[in-house]
Amino acid sequence: MVIECKHVWEHISGYLDGTLDPALLAIVQLHLEHCEICSAILDSTRNILILTADDRVFELPMGFSERLHSRLDEEIRSAAG
Amino acid sequence: MIARIVAGEPHLFHDLIRPYERRVYAMALSFLHNEADAEDAAQDAFLKAFRNLAGFRGESQFGTWLISITLNEARSRLRRTKAAPMTSLDLDPDEPGAVSPALLRDWREIPSQALERQEVRVLLQEAIAALPENYRTVFLLRDVDELGTNEAAAVLNITVASLKVRLHRARMMLQKSLAPSLKHLNPTRRWFQWL
Ligand SMILES: [Zn+2]
Repeated sequence: MVIECKHVWEHISGYLDGTLDPALLAIVQLHLEHCEICSAILDSTRNILILTADDRVFELPMGFSERLHSRLDEEIRSAAG
Repeated sequence: MIARIVAGEPHLFHDLIRPYERRVYAMALSFLHNEADAEDAAQDAFLKAFRNLAGFRGESQFGTWLISITLNEARSRLRRTKAAPMTSLDLDPDEPGAVSPALLRDWREIPSQALERQEVRVLLQEAIAALPENYRTVFLLRDVDELGTNEAAAVLNITVASLKVRLHRARMMLQKSLAPSLKHLNPTRRWFQWL
């Protein structure tokens, strides 16, 4: 079965998460083997997800933890006192 | 641990929250777009969690409960600083209608080492922050914090089906906004100094 590019795009997420049912997966896979545009979309999306999941993207500012925990200490002391 | 904190060992709260610091901060930053405000909001969220810990019933996981508090804190700060709420401009997030990706002929892998560069981190942060709230929250919970589908849907109080639709659109929107700019970061000359 042949599938158009724009229908393949609807399944990129499911493809990456491995949640497509086997029949659909086979159709999408076959299309990807022959379509460089859809393959590039898939590869770039996967690459972007790897980058955005990296801990370095949302690094805590310098001293964040120290400031947070000292504020908590104040709160704990005032709750106790 | 929560029972012990409530029963009179409040100092244990320090250890309880350590694994969640980055997650809370990232969520706040994606709403408030500035490090100082995000840090304030994150601190307030942790303090609220501490003060209300006795009311935490354990129906959900602590992390899930904490992120709900963070969402409320970030949203209410945003309302205070902005006259008109941004969300009124959003389309219905679950309505049919596809997001078209950026079309490329080929993709050369951007290695994770690229994240050593401040400009690359900022590019990614800004692209995530620019997503409409309904998509951004789903994306952060699922793809950044790596929460399960059911847990993320529970935090946001939406169905699993609509979570999946929103996640897909968020990813496509990011591909559309990021792929062209990442591609133009001149991979051949600059990336390889980290390899
Ligand atoms: Zn195609």
